Formats: sequence, structure tokens, C-alpha cells
Amino acid sequence: MKSFWTDRRWLCVLPLYAFTLVFVLGPVVYMVAVSFAQNEAGTGFRWAFTLENFAKMRDPVYVQCFRESFTLALSTTLLCSLIGYPFGYCMGRLGKRGKRLMMFLVMVPFWTSSLIRLYGWLILLQAKGVFNNLLIALGLINEPLKILYTYPAVLIGMVYGLLPFMILAVYTSVEKMDWTLIEAARDLGASRAKAFFTVTLRLTLPGLMSGIILTFVPSMGLFFIADLLGGNKIVLVGSLIQDQMTRGGNQPFAAALALILAAVTTVMLWAYRRLTGTAELEGML
Amino acid sequence: MKKKRLSFSEIYLALVTLITYLPIAVVIVFSFNDSKLPVAWKGFTLRWYERLFHDAALMEALRNSIVLGLVSCLFAAVIGTLGAIGMARVHFKSKGMMEYLSTMPIMLPEIILGMVFMAFFSMLKLPFGWPTLIIAHTSFCIPYVYLMVKARLVGIDKSIEEAARDLGASPSRAFFDITLPLILPAVSSGCVLSFAMSFDDVVISIFVNGPTLSTLPIKVYTQMRTGVTPEINALCTLILIAVILILSLSSFLRNRETSDDDK
Repeated sequence: MKSFWTDRRWLCVLPLYAFTLVFVLGPVVYMVAVSFAQNEAGTGFRWAFTLENFAKMRDPVYVQCFRESFTLALSTTLLCSLIGYPFGYCMGRLGKRGKRLMMFLVMVPFWTSSLIRLYGWLILLQAKGVFNNLLIALGLINEPLKILYTYPAVLIGMVYGLLPFMILAVYTSVEKMDWTLIEAARDLGASRAKAFFTVTLRLTLPGLMSGIILTFVPSMGLFFIADLLGGNKIVLVGSLIQDQMTRGGNQPFAAALALILAAVTTVMLWAYRRLTGTAELEGML
Repeated sequence: MKKKRLSFSEIYLALVTLITYLPIAVVIVFSFNDSKLPVAWKGFTLRWYERLFHDAALMEALRNSIVLGLVSCLFAAVIGTLGAIGMARVHFKSKGMMEYLSTMPIMLPEIILGMVFMAFFSMLKLPFGWPTLIIAHTSFCIPYVYLMVKARLVGIDKSIEEAARDLGASPSRAFFDITLPLILPAVSSGCVLSFAMSFDDVVISIFVNGPTLSTLPIKVYTQMRTGVTPEINALCTLILIAVILILSLSSFLRNRETSDDDK
């Protein structure tokens, strides 16, 4: 027993292996299997191989749903990059105390319940809410604007909820960057813009890409933001899966939808791994 | 020139931060508002706080969330820490694949994890409620602890443990005296992070919570769809204070960890 910690330390992996095999691999394999099973209304499903769950997705209603989810995820990611990249970059240029303060300020909302913050937007954006009252008081508008339960409201909620991921990912990258390289580029005659695009952007690309994945992947499935701020008008793949799982009662179709979503995620992670050579996403923790 | 650029970036940081805090500020302000509707200011009151502590359902949801967070974070701490220590030593062929699988719960969109668990648990005929919630939450808490500890283990100078061994410490003694204290900050920040994630989760919980058990986020979510009472604002304000306290504690732990590195 004496040599346990040197020779048999590998035994430590057993709980992790067991848990992962039973409660991660197990459910995933089960989902893949179910996605090829035959749906039977009322009784659940039958174990007979079929591709009809995937064929069903060609229905224009579902194509539209996929397109909407994809557009929303894409616009969310784009806006998060446009706002978050400069933010992370500026944060990385601050002094030690400034960095610590900003880190704290970024982390507090990040750790506050996302629902609570969403509720804050609900209060702000509603017809008789703070935002409209302010605009009316300022004389900018006469009648309250309808913002809540529209597409922009959903977009605000998504960007707001996912922005911290982008900021932290970019910041981690900027923080690690060797600033002398930019000085070198400038000394060698590169303009400020050229130094930024050829050196800074290149070096912080892993952070930016990690941020893109960390915003894009969740935004495909965050049904409750669209649900609460969009008022059921925007049906995302996430809402569709939830609906099929609970009310719709079509488990195989829900599994097929989830499989497609998982495939998109896996492709993105694989691309990230290929492009940056690392498996772990920058600034995820 | 340089000074001007700096102030521009400071303005940008301040502006975005301000917008970030706006919704939170609104929630806090209306928790003191003497009106049931969060529309206009009607005067200062503390009655929502008082009502909150008498709201049995809300208090139970809060208790459930705390218990769930603590239990899953404890399981995750044990499984994740042991796993990271073991993984650093093994060279199985399956290692890369296992690592990918065990961190998958935080890579996949939450909705997939939620539905997959729901389908799997109903196939196993597990009773929906505490067991299913704890398994589901543990699964996405493990990666946080695992990745934190793994990163920390990479940073540890192996020669310290070897030195202890050379000086006559038994392997287990060297582990408990040297390695464990070194990874402890990583374990604790992993725990704090996973507790926060568990405490905030609505998507996964909603699939596996069962008919009677309710966590705080589920409660808030249902209220937001039907009609929110200001008691929720009051509760949110209290949670925010708790978050700030926990964050300060964890940043204190982290700073201690980095100042250890400096020595």
C-alpha cells in the first residue's frame, strides 16, 4: 500500500471514468439511438430503424426554425464580437489595479442569475417601462415604443447574456500577449493599423475564436431568452426541442434535432482545435 | 496622444459596464418600490423583504437550490479532483477521448444536455426529483473542477514533490503535504464556479426536476411567464449581495494563489 501514490495513482481516474461512461456517454449514445427510432403517437416510440425523423426536418416550418435560430445565433455572435473584442482589448491594456477592478465588474453580472438580469430588461423595455418613460419625458417620442416581445428585444437579451463569455475569452488572450512584439512591428515601420491587424489580431485570434464558439454554441439553444423577451413569436431550435420533448411527445424527433445541434457544435469545436492546436477554449474558466 | 487614446478606451469600458449594470440596478431599485408593478416609483418600502421571508414556496425553492448546488459541487469536487490527479499520471489510449467526453457537458448547448438526461432517466425509470437533478448538475459541475485542477497541476513544479520524497517523505505524505495544498485553491475556485453554475441553471433543471421539486431559477422562470411579484426583486437583491461576497472571497483566494507563485 505504501507505493499507492506513485504506482496506483491512476486508480484516481476510476470515479471520473465511471461517471462519464454512465452519465455522459450513456445518455448521448441513447439519444443517438432514439433519433433513429420510430415515433408512435401516444405510446412513445418503437425500436425500428428509420430516417423519417431527419426527413421530417425538411418541412418548411422546421427549415424556417433552423434558419431563424442560425440567423439569431450569428447576429448575436457578431454583435458580441464587435462589442466584446474592443472591451477585452481595452481591459487588457489597463494597469494591474484597473484590470482587477474590471474583472470584478465583469464577473458580478456574469455570476448573477441570468434570469434576474433578463427580468431587469423586461422591466426596462416594457411598454410603460423605464426606457419608454425616459424617452417620453425627454420629448423624443409621444407614444411608447414597442420593444418588448420583438426581435430586437431578443437580440438585446442574447447579446447581453453572452457578452461576458466573449469579453473574458478575448481578455485572456490579450493579457497573455507580448506587447514588445507590437513595439517591434512599430519600430520596423508598420503603421498603427497595420501593427494591429498583422500582430495584435493574429495573436488574440484564439481568444476571439474561443469567444465566438462560447457565444455561438449556447445561443443556438437558449430558448428561454427568446421565450421571455420574444413572447413566443420567435421559435428557435431550442424551443422546438423542448416542445417536442414535453408537450409534443415526439422523443425521436427531439433527439434528431438535438443530434443536428450537437453535430454543429462538434464541428465548431473541431475547427477550433484544428486552427489553434489546443483543445481547451481560451478564457473559459 | 497616448493619454487621449487611453481615456477613450476608459470611456468605452465605463459605458459598456454601465449598460451591463442597468438591468441589475433596475431590479434592485424596484425591490424597494411601494407598488406591485415595476412601472413607476411610488415610495420606499421594505415590505417585499418581509413578505419574502414568509413566502414558504419561494423559501423552499431557495433552500432546494442551495442544497442542490452544494451536493453537486461536493460530488464534482471529489470526482473532478481525483480525475485530474489520476489523468496526469495515466497514459491510456482512451485518455484523450475520456477527457473530451468528461468535459462535454459544458461544451454542448444546455438544451441538449437537458433533453438527453430527460430521455435517459426516463428510460432507466429513475424517479424524477432529487436523484436526477443531482446527477445532471454533477455532470456539468465536474468539468469546471477538473479543468481548474488540471491547469493547476500543469503549473506545479514536480521537483518540489520529488524533493519531499528525497528528504524521506512517503509518497502519500508528499502528496498530502505538498501537492494537495498546492491544488487546493484550484479545487475551491472550481467549486465556487460550479456552485454558481448550478445555482443559476434553468434549462437543464427544467427537464429533470420532476413534477414537485422546484429550484429557485425554475420558480423565477415560471413567475416571469405569468407575473412577477416584487418579492423576487427583493430575493434577487439579496442574492446579488451574496454573489458579491462570494466573488470577493474567491478573488481573495486567487490572489493568495498568485502571490504564492511570486514567492
